[in-house]
Amino acid sequence: MDLTILIISLAKIAVVLTVLFTCVAYVVWLERKVAGRIQNRWGPHRTGPFGLLQPAADFLKALFKEDFTPAQVQRPIYFLAPFLAMTLALMSIAVIPFGENVTIAGRTIFFEITDLNIGLLYIFAVTSLGVYGIALAGWSSGSKYSLMGGLRSSAQMISYELGLGFAVVGVLILSGTLSLRGIVNAQSGFWFGIIPKWYIWPQFVGFLVYLTAAFAETNRTPFDLPEAEGELVGGFHTEYSSLKFAMFFTAEYTNMITVACLATLLFFGGWMAPLPWAWVQHVPALVLLGMAALMTRTALRTYRLERRKSYFAVPGLAGIVGLIGLAFLHPVFAAVAAPMFWFASKVFVFLFLYIWVRWSVPRFRYDQLMHLGWKVLLPVAAANILITGLVVAL
Amino acid sequence: MLDQFFFYIFASVILLGGLLTITRRSAVHSAIFLIATLLGIAGLFLHLQAEFLAGVQVILYVGGIMVLFLFVIMLVNLDQAARQRQFNRQWWLALLAAAAVCGEALYGLYRGRGAFTFPGAVPGNMPPNTQAVGNALYQNYMLPFEVASIMLLVAMVGAVVMAKKRL
Amino acid sequence: MTVPISWYLILSAVLFVMGVAGFLFKRNIITIFMSIELMLNAVNLSFVAFSYVLRQLSGQVFVFFVMVVAAAEAAVGLAIIIVVFRNRESLNVDDIELMKF
Repeated sequence: MDLTILIISLAKIAVVLTVLFTCVAYVVWLERKVAGRIQNRWGPHRTGPFGLLQPAADFLKALFKEDFTPAQVQRPIYFLAPFLAMTLALMSIAVIPFGENVTIAGRTIFFEITDLNIGLLYIFAVTSLGVYGIALAGWSSGSKYSLMGGLRSSAQMISYELGLGFAVVGVLILSGTLSLRGIVNAQSGFWFGIIPKWYIWPQFVGFLVYLTAAFAETNRTPFDLPEAEGELVGGFHTEYSSLKFAMFFTAEYTNMITVACLATLLFFGGWMAPLPWAWVQHVPALVLLGMAALMTRTALRTYRLERRKSYFAVPGLAGIVGLIGLAFLHPVFAAVAAPMFWFASKVFVFLFLYIWVRWSVPRFRYDQLMHLGWKVLLPVAAANILITGLVVAL
Repeated sequence: MLDQFFFYIFASVILLGGLLTITRRSAVHSAIFLIATLLGIAGLFLHLQAEFLAGVQVILYVGGIMVLFLFVIMLVNLDQAARQRQFNRQWWLALLAAAAVCGEALYGLYRGRGAFTFPGAVPGNMPPNTQAVGNALYQNYMLPFEVASIMLLVAMVGAVVMAKKRL
Repeated sequence: MTVPISWYLILSAVLFVMGVAGFLFKRNIITIFMSIELMLNAVNLSFVAFSYVLRQLSGQVFVFFVMVVAAAEAAVGLAIIIVVFRNRESLNVDDIELMKF
């Protein structure tokens, strides 16, 4: 019995990590594409159709670059820091549920690696450890830019962790549980049969605070002072090259995915459909089929412009997407996969928001950052907790 | 069996970490080994079914206090101190005192060894305790809780007043 | 409980003694501070062990308060360290002797 559980868990971990790494790679691709569009250029488009092979090319590049170790680094810690950053970023995905539990042939399939009854506390514990990767990298590099970046990020992450923690307390008061699955289940149902009972409505202030603090926690623009390239060269990862740099990069994007998942779970009902089930039953199929059609059309058009054979691979990809879309018409498949579809769509919206903000908003100054964290977000979040508590008690 | 295995793992992490914390020259290395010790203790808390405290231990101690330590170590330059003599001049007095404390603790444990079986102890698991700790804090320990919050405020104001150059 | 409580207590005692030794031996004030954290954690460990054996939450609540005190202590202590370093350019406790009798 124990062994079966162990094997199932290991398989789940492997699947989740594979999906996660693929997501990270394509979020980077998406970021470059969106950035290109926002700045009125193409973004990557030479490596494969639409630059879809760019992540693989980037990985190979990182792999074959010289792994240069500067002379002045503090050795063991310098090597430890990127591992720490990446491991901690990957750890928090363990408790994130991404679909409804299904019982098939008497065996319940849990759509997460593990459901802790202190799931949220675990995620906060892991994110609070995440600062070590950056702080130690900054310190051990033995360069003033790195040190400044490390110091800035430690201060920033400590400050905004408070805001992040305070922002979700309102959700915890309403749901009465720390388990992420429990929180999502508490958001099921609809008001007046149409408005979903998501915590975004009662906790709108909490959500705004969470969103802002999450930007800061993941060191994304407008709060990317730790790696402000105009001032600090590269911040804490100035002295890192090759795969070690790639690890920091992966960690950053993994953290981004984690906070996007968390926002979805805490405030947007996780895998719950946004409208009653009967109304949106066929939406996943329609969306996927539409996507397949769009992909084919764009590929053929681009082929006419560029005359590169690789664009013929895209209709094949579109065929797979379309097949998945058709599979959604089957009720059993839909019951299993529709929650995951909704979850993934919501997470995608958040990721897009992240990228959009990054390329639209200028960077904060350091004192503005601290001012916002301590004098605006924290009091607002505290007031939100107080009001939520009062309303629940009354 | 698995219980003992985990206990040994965590205990060795704790002891090794503690030993290295007090013997390393570089303050940053000390801090890192202290972090390992604290994580080991969080593991033992989990093992003792105090999952809320394990979470708080990691968030507060490792994620808060130790980051503060590292922050200060990075702010003050300790390269010089690492090259100097590590132990102070009264080391023989210190040795005596530490040995006395050690002997006292072990003697106390040895003398009290018969008292370690508790007749009232019930076998089985403890209930999930986040809610229970919360209830205890806000019901039975309301006054200490409020006093603790005031103490935190005082500490915060004190720290700012002391460390800020110009107020 | 397959691991008897006496093991936890011995572990806690040894850790506490390590803290005492570090506190008394070291010259660097930051390491001394970390030794205090070691001692606090040793005590916390035995509190939680007792709380588990007796199936009572009081021990855990006490540990919670110890952690709060540790946080306050770290904040104030590190502020003092920064002030001392700013005035003396040194963190050796031997050098800070102005108020020594």
